[in-house]
Amino acid sequence: MAAMNVPGFQDQLWGNGPSPGAVYNFPGIQMVLKLLSKFHQQRELCKYPTTTGTSVLGIKFDGGVLMAADTLGSYGSLARFREVSRLTAVGNNTVVGGSGDYADFQYLKSVLEQKVIDDACLNDGHGYTPKSIYSWLTRVMYYRRTRFDPLWNQVVVGGVHNGESFLGCVDKIGIAFEAPTISTGFGAYLAQPILRDALEKNPSMPLDQARQVITRCLQVLFYRDARSLNKSKKHLHGVSRVISRVMKNVLVKWNRQVTQQTLETEDSVPAGQQC
Amino acid sequence: MSSIGTGYDLSASQFSPDGRVFQVEYAVKAVENSGTIVGIRGKDGVVFGVEKLVLSKLYEYGANKRIIHIDNHIGMAVAGLIADARQIVSVARDEAANYRSTYGSPIPLKYLVDRVSGYIHAHTLYSAVRPFGCSVLLSSQGPDGPELHMIDPSGVSWGYHGCAIGKAKQAAKTEIEKLKMKDMTCEELVKEVAKIIYIVHDEVKDKNFELELSWIGEVTNGKHQCVPKEIAEAAEKYAKESLVEESSSEDED
Amino acid sequence: MFRNQYDNDVTVWSPQGRIHQIEYAMEAVKQRAASELSCASEKRSWPIDNHVAVSIAGLTADARLLSKFMRSECLDSKYAYDRRLPISRLVSAVGDKMQIPTQRYGRRPYGVGLLVAGYDDMGPHIYQTCPSANYFDCKAMAIGARSQSARTYLERHLEEFSDCEPEELIKHGLRALRETLPNEQELTTKNCSIGVVGKDQDLAIYSDEAVTPYLAGIDQTKRRRGEEPAADVAMEAESAAAAEGDAGEQTAWRRINGS
Repeated sequence: MAAMNVPGFQDQLWGNGPSPGAVYNFPGIQMVLKLLSKFHQQRELCKYPTTTGTSVLGIKFDGGVLMAADTLGSYGSLARFREVSRLTAVGNNTVVGGSGDYADFQYLKSVLEQKVIDDACLNDGHGYTPKSIYSWLTRVMYYRRTRFDPLWNQVVVGGVHNGESFLGCVDKIGIAFEAPTISTGFGAYLAQPILRDALEKNPSMPLDQARQVITRCLQVLFYRDARSLNKSKKHLHGVSRVISRVMKNVLVKWNRQVTQQTLETEDSVPAGQQC
Repeated sequence: MSSIGTGYDLSASQFSPDGRVFQVEYAVKAVENSGTIVGIRGKDGVVFGVEKLVLSKLYEYGANKRIIHIDNHIGMAVAGLIADARQIVSVARDEAANYRSTYGSPIPLKYLVDRVSGYIHAHTLYSAVRPFGCSVLLSSQGPDGPELHMIDPSGVSWGYHGCAIGKAKQAAKTEIEKLKMKDMTCEELVKEVAKIIYIVHDEVKDKNFELELSWIGEVTNGKHQCVPKEIAEAAEKYAKESLVEESSSEDED
Repeated sequence: MFRNQYDNDVTVWSPQGRIHQIEYAMEAVKQRAASELSCASEKRSWPIDNHVAVSIAGLTADARLLSKFMRSECLDSKYAYDRRLPISRLVSAVGDKMQIPTQRYGRRPYGVGLLVAGYDDMGPHIYQTCPSANYFDCKAMAIGARSQSARTYLERHLEEFSDCEPEELIKHGLRALRETLPNEQELTTKNCSIGVVGKDQDLAIYSDEAVTPYLAGIDQTKRRRGEEPAADVAMEAESAAAAEGDAGEQTAWRRINGS
């Protein structure tokens, strides 16, 4: 019959089983052959990122998570793009931030956006949690690394679900961990000690204090990290929704008389709109 | 249908001597055995109403929805075999996702309808598959305003101002034609759609049914949504009351 | 006796808009008594994951295949998203899988009905699936041979389930199951098993000796007269339970939020 012509019709009765009229293939053999031939093909692999973002910072405070990143896309040492958003809301309880290759981050962002839409279409009351997004990202990042084709990012995931804060991080080779403070890129050296110190002194710090310490970190980073910018975005995870704030220029004075504050401008934007 | 039983009606890939493809016509029958679905396009959006027949008391309220989201900005209502419809839903969702991934913008309904109706039509060409036993209504709010399309088991699709499929589609169409839907808002249409479903529902043959309502348009910010509970309840109340009124005025006559 | 020219393949519509092959497959669920195919103690319900179990009526081999699929779906969800797969999504995946052989030449529908009982973030669930690839979200359900009498029992007591203790719920289930047995037969440790899953309570399936205490809790001489228990304590635990019997009857029932 015409059955053979139907798309999706398998002429194998089952995977690796005998095709009608063909000799039996021992299970696994074909797979091994396929893999071997793939590895032997010469292939230029991605060895470096192009347009990159620098640090992403995150800290848990009492009742939520605060994340921040500046808005610079560097092309090598050139400060190429000054207004790129490296934090993105996923659903209404999660934020994902990325340092490293910006194109890869945009790709991840678009996949996540589609996942959220697919999820919303099911309309069954279930949705992604920060933890499930984090889990998915760890799988993707590690899988890509095993294909020798990594997404060149360090991704930070933060959010609140059922009153529980979550903050986790995964990098381009799939190393993943959860921590109450996270800084990527240069921030791992410059900001992380400051964040840790602040959290140690006050394990359940209020939002205000978290904001202060993050601001301080951004400032330090702007002074010391040549790929940073004095303009950033912050994501604040309230109990039930993500609020994003655009921070206008971090005030800087090179004579070390640093005036803090005046940082937040106040357009609070509904989840998903900003970034 | 003189050719029934002559052997020319056993395959979708075979014409009868009088030039018909009976398998498709039989598939349409399956749609006509299903609960009525009404879709009306007003001036600022589209409203769907579904008469979902409930076969057992043991089923949960709201189970087996016949109104489904395809994308943020596209809704679908299905009549006929719901298992078949779910395949169409998954194809439509894939198409919408692919378009978004390729072009970075929401899929235009016209394009989606084209793709989905092509898929349904492909199932009327081969003996190896059977035609889908379902018709679907699709609604969206695009840059050019609200749109409403219907695809039937033969894979043909048209745009509509008002459309009904399922058991009582004739009666429902008659009711729809009484409306000036082009000047009506979604809020007004929700009530009318609820009323039509109540009018065409056959209490003798099908006892229990749930009314499902959804809308898309300016009122929902271009997103396809179930009609909020309070509004749906108000519409249902209006529908029941106007039924009572009509039957009492008939008595007076 | 059923034979007509439209009933040979799933790809053929009858002039009435029906597909006879699918309807025949539904009969596999309705009519297949275990005596035809299996010994009385054959297992007819089993776990899928820590939060889901199935009971089956129909072709056991088909059920095994679907169960394997369901287990792998649950594992996938755990692996990728670190969460238990919502029951509704699990069942919908099964439904989509089961639809394919109802539309292709040379295939036959899966000849098995499943009762899927589970607990997720949205609470306890009972789903029924059919060879037609339809599935239903149920408050309580019974499938299989002679299951109508169990359904009648469940319908009659539907209101009580929502604020029942798990123990009472199990009793209701066993009583419903009892209704399906032929006159001379009784529920024994050999012909029934009980599954319970609930909030903060992983799935447990009791069979053989483990059901003895539950059987002792119901009066088997009384039919169609379940004693009405007064549910006096509001409980935190929410549960769904499933029981099954030797002749292909399956029942399951659920309760919603303990008030």
